[in-house]
Amino acid sequence: MPYLDGNVLAGAASDLFAFDLTTTEAQCASCYDIAPLGRSLVFGPPMGFVARCRSCDSVLIVVVERPEGHAFDARGLRWMRIGNDAHAAGEKIRP
Amino acid sequence: MIPASFGWRSGTLSGARRLTPSARSLTFRVPGWPGNEAGQHVDVRLTAPDGYRAVRSYSMASVGDGDEVELAVARLPDGEVSPFLVDELELGDRVELRGPLGGFFVWRSGQAQCTQLIAGGSGVVPLVAMVRAHAAADDRAPMQLLYSLRTPADAFYADELGGFTATVPTTWHYTRTPPPGGDRPAGRLTEHDLREQTLPVENEPLIYVCGPTGFVEAVSHQLVSLGHAAASVRTERFGGV
Repeated sequence: MPYLDGNVLAGAASDLFAFDLTTTEAQCASCYDIAPLGRSLVFGPPMGFVARCRSCDSVLIVVVERPEGHAFDARGLRWMRIGNDAHAAGEKIRP
Repeated sequence: MIPASFGWRSGTLSGARRLTPSARSLTFRVPGWPGNEAGQHVDVRLTAPDGYRAVRSYSMASVGDGDEVELAVARLPDGEVSPFLVDELELGDRVELRGPLGGFFVWRSGQAQCTQLIAGGSGVVPLVAMVRAHAAADDRAPMQLLYSLRTPADAFYADELGGFTATVPTTWHYTRTPPPGGDRPAGRLTEHDLREQTLPVENEPLIYVCGPTGFVEAVSHQLVSLGHAAASVRTERFGGV
């Protein structure tokens, strides 16, 4: 099944959060991989968005937009690091 | 509850031109648009008379301040939205737009010592915005584009890219039909092509890859196999709906 990058989450998330979800680092609750959500693998638009971990394929978050409201499920995250926006400010491209 | 209209702005089609027989550049005037960075995208929402709504994401070719947003849309044969945007939307018609969106697949002047752009088909659109931003900033850091497309007739912005040859050279790579007299047979990008036609690993380029999922998947794996750090490769895949 084709998938997209986490970048595509930005629109739906912009209705929910004041920060940019795609540059926000988060940790996978299954394999503890840490990455910006823009690097996750996203399945399912236009029905909704299921973002999976790039390392272990576990579901990180689910976002569904409906006329009567939005659903946001973050079942697969241990945490998000909000506001440091390392990637927006200029990601160090070498580890 | 969050109102369904939150974040959406009305945009009026103020300019349009054919890019290829199956693609069109569309410029919308969007009052209140805050400007955007190179590589960001926008959600476009269409509402039918019966209330049915469809939302699609498109990369912007435009960059910087101002209240105009330029998209370049390719018609997908089974598409629900793209045939309407390419063939039917007329000057003065309105759509709703939400954005600018995404801070991850974004190029900023001064961020990288050199930048390699790699496009597959209509994936060139956000990379054109990066080429424009590089020129607007008078950035002296090297940038170059490798543009993979089926035939010369499928090229988006060929004249404009040709005008940037001195600052951002473009390497054209054809997968189906090369131009007459072309020195390279048609075919998909290989690891050898990437080694020969992109900035070398030792220059530590920041790399942006945009195209269909299969293209991005293949190219990003080849780049890592060539020795580029996975963290230095940023990708944007687009689906086909």
